[in-house]
Amino acid sequence: MAYLEARDRRDRVAEWVDRNAGKVFILPAVLTLLAFSLFPLLVSAYLTLTKLKFAAGGFTLRYVEWLNFKKLIFGSQQYHLLGTFDVFGIVDWLILGAIFALLLFFFVRYLIRPGTTVVGVVGRSVAFVVAGALALLLVATLGGGFPGSLVVTLFYVFAGVSVQFALALGLAVLCAQNIYGRNLFRVVFFLPIMVTPVGIAYMFRMLADTHKGPFADIWTWLGLADFSWAADPWTARIVVLIGDTWQWTPFMFIVLLAAIENQPRDQLEAARIDGAGGWQIFRDITWPAIAPVAATIVLIRLIEAYKIIDLPNVLTSGGPGIATESLTLHAFVAWRTQDLGGSAAVGYMLLFVATVTCLSFFNFAGRRTRRTEL
Amino acid sequence: MNIPERTLLRRLFLPYDITSMAPATKVLVYTLLVLWLLVVLFPLYWLFITSFKLPIQVNDGPDFIPFIDFEPSMHAWHYILFELGNDTLRPYINSVIVAFCATVFCVLIGSFAAYALVRIQYRVKIGNVLAFLALLGLTVFTVTSLGAPLFAAAPVAIILFVFFVAAVGRYFRRALGNDDILFWIISNRILPPVVVVLPVYLMFQRIGLLDTHIALIATYTAVNLPIVVWLMRDFFAGIPLDLEESAQIDGASRLRIFFTIVLPLARPGLAATSLLILILAWNEYLLALFISTADAQTMPMLVAAQNATRGPQWWYMSVLIVIMIAPIVLTAFLLQRHIARGLLVGAIKG
Repeated sequence: MAYLEARDRRDRVAEWVDRNAGKVFILPAVLTLLAFSLFPLLVSAYLTLTKLKFAAGGFTLRYVEWLNFKKLIFGSQQYHLLGTFDVFGIVDWLILGAIFALLLFFFVRYLIRPGTTVVGVVGRSVAFVVAGALALLLVATLGGGFPGSLVVTLFYVFAGVSVQFALALGLAVLCAQNIYGRNLFRVVFFLPIMVTPVGIAYMFRMLADTHKGPFADIWTWLGLADFSWAADPWTARIVVLIGDTWQWTPFMFIVLLAAIENQPRDQLEAARIDGAGGWQIFRDITWPAIAPVAATIVLIRLIEAYKIIDLPNVLTSGGPGIATESLTLHAFVAWRTQDLGGSAAVGYMLLFVATVTCLSFFNFAGRRTRRTEL
Repeated sequence: MNIPERTLLRRLFLPYDITSMAPATKVLVYTLLVLWLLVVLFPLYWLFITSFKLPIQVNDGPDFIPFIDFEPSMHAWHYILFELGNDTLRPYINSVIVAFCATVFCVLIGSFAAYALVRIQYRVKIGNVLAFLALLGLTVFTVTSLGAPLFAAAPVAIILFVFFVAAVGRYFRRALGNDDILFWIISNRILPPVVVVLPVYLMFQRIGLLDTHIALIATYTAVNLPIVVWLMRDFFAGIPLDLEESAQIDGASRLRIFFTIVLPLARPGLAATSLLILILAWNEYLLALFISTADAQTMPMLVAAQNATRGPQWWYMSVLIVIMIAPIVLTAFLLQRHIARGLLVGAIKG
């Protein structure tokens, strides 16, 4: 009897599960995301408005309004997030004027075009204001000033993703040709993605050593044996960028290669018979065929590139000074000095910039390559 | 008169037929590919041989070829694997447990959701979502600034939400569909982990799970979930519906259909997705930096700590990095047929 009862109960449970299959299937994922994304995001928003105070037997959070943001944007931490500004010269004004005029032109063009929507106007306003502010920041810090973690992060993201995309596309086109050892190239080119970023950081430190590294003789020959790349802001940033490129080019490469191999064969052959050249074939057949995949892969890399921390932290410890510090590393440094609110505020700045950039790119690329999806 | 030269030039720069390349192009293509091959392999080669060098061999400058330039030695391997023994083994086992469990949970939960988003139509009332968000915000507010305990506030909020849905839920007209849910899930990936890690840290500290495997597994599962949903959705969309329908007519439950028909058919996708999540979880650095300190320390932490504790002792570091890469490369070779296909399907609308 007990056996039958147990079976009966089990059947009823199974039946209930089946009737509510919709909820049963999706709830684990939704609950996980609520607990580890949405809830922390809200708590974090509260943390940005507080200051951590150590009290007897623990700590308290004191509400300080916008103090953390004020400190980052106008106050004592400005040099860290935004950088040290330079006095504007005539060239700076000219560059800025050109950028603003361009942004305004695109905005007005959208406004007077038919099919303007409220969402479109609001979205573009936000995107253009952010773009304008970042342009102002770039011009102010890159000329004679000193860039802060925001500009450095933008450098990693935009320089890194462009270089990686160009390299990956070139390699994918080469690898898609009719050549021997295609599988060998494919497998070997994929290797770097499996190496832990922390390991890559040490590896490139070894390789870039001017005395003990493999290129020591070349450094000596160039007369740069005593040159310390880690002490110069730009060489240090570029070494970080090289490590990042070494790691992430394979990811783009493998996806672009698969996309190129998937393009319609008949069109290719028809074009060849008609005598089209290599560049013509690439521009008119291959590129349109792979554009949606290319847009998606760039978007993914944009999203991930904003999170960079391991390479600068291990390769240069953010130095010299704060020259290679990314926003994530900046937030970590703030957390380590028990500035919980400041850390959360830096995180929110990163979230804001990353979201605006990624959504802008998504809309921009989405309109051009209709088949793309996030 | 110039005919021989012209034919030579022609032979160099024009292909024999339309399917092959001209010799000159061929040379160029191979040169570039081999060049990148060196760019990829040389750092790894250097890492590998450095792990067999003695400190004096490293410090005296570059030696390139084992047995000719220098006599390889196992001392670094011996030190890391036997003298340090447990100090190396413990983080290694931590990493294996955390990465493996996180991958399994993440792929399982993510596949559930991805499959549901393909086959089941959801209609989530916007009013209910807003009510939920408002209650969540209220909970956070009462807990953080009014000092109410979470274990009291959360159930109250949940009960309020259930009442709300039961009472006024049906009066809402506008609803969110599957695409909106999918977009929400994927957009979670844009969230930089550093934004959420502070509250997650406080949360685990509160419930005493800081520096445990569970904390790391749960966090890794959550941050990688969007990728699984996004990749697996397209695999499930490509599975013909009739198989499932005929199983349904035979009386199989949804869960049974999922485990016995759908998952086996999506095996290539599962392989590629699992490998990707495994790599991400195995190499994860930032979250481990916050959440694990001693007991649950993972390999990236151990490797990164080398610099701080002993200065750059490259021979030891190389050994650590080599033993960290090895299992991933091995897994990748076992699954390599699926990688390219798996990644591509996710990138193109099915």
